[in-house]
Amino acid sequence: MNKELSGTTVDVDAEGYLTDPGQWTKEVAVELAKEEGIELNDRHWKVIDFIRKDGAENGTAPNVRRITKIGGVPTKELYELFPGGPAKKAAKVSGYGKPHGCL
Amino acid sequence: MTAEPIQKVSIIVSKGSLEGVYPALIMANGARAEGIEATLFFTFFGLDAIIDKRMDHLKVATVGNPAMHIPTLVGALPGMSSLATKMMNQKMEKLDIPPVREFMEMIADTGCDIYACKATVDMFDLDQEDFCPQVTGIITVGEFYEKSAGASIIFT
Repeated sequence: MNKELSGTTVDVDAEGYLTDPGQWTKEVAVELAKEEGIELNDRHWKVIDFIRKDGAENGTAPNVRRITKIGGVPTKELYELFPGGPAKKAAKVSGYGKPHGCL
Repeated sequence: MTAEPIQKVSIIVSKGSLEGVYPALIMANGARAEGIEATLFFTFFGLDAIIDKRMDHLKVATVGNPAMHIPTLVGALPGMSSLATKMMNQKMEKLDIPPVREFMEMIADTGCDIYACKATVDMFDLDQEDFCPQVTGIITVGEFYEKSAGASIIFT
């Protein structure tokens, strides 16, 4: 499925997750965040930057524990930044698919 | 007809073995990760998972569990439970599932309330200081039901 986000055409799945993280740009992130009702600030970007970096190294978006332990973002803050499902929403905004782990 | 999404869960933990505690913690954490409200209620031997001096030493039960595929008498040998526990802990670490104490801290930080059952606390002569700091309070079964209004109750 194709979708136009801030002038870029990206491939998304039925739930709006990018299917190719390579199509992600910062402008796309802003649009994806808006869909989730989130206005991105510096704290969000710290999370997104970590997910992009870690995701590029591992081929998949990190889970919450990794974001907190290695990314250095406390669990509480993560839940405040991405209310109603931090792992999913942070992965989505960062251009990755829905996380598959149970954690 | 589409079923209503789950909004809230109340999970009761009544067992104190490692394999008795982990599923509840994974379910509570998973609920919060999906934006579902969650409450954990520890009762009977489940209290071991929140007793400060015990929670780091939970063990896998190797006796009376046919799915372990160890003959009961072998499971009863000294050291078997410790061995099985060590193996499970290693496996959990590999799967990125934290040890019980760290998991409890993480779950509390997700906004899940953690309670101890009053009847059991009285039975075992415990009080609030015996528990890890993440325990929100000691509540009666009546209060548990009040707090569970609108929730799906899961007994483990």
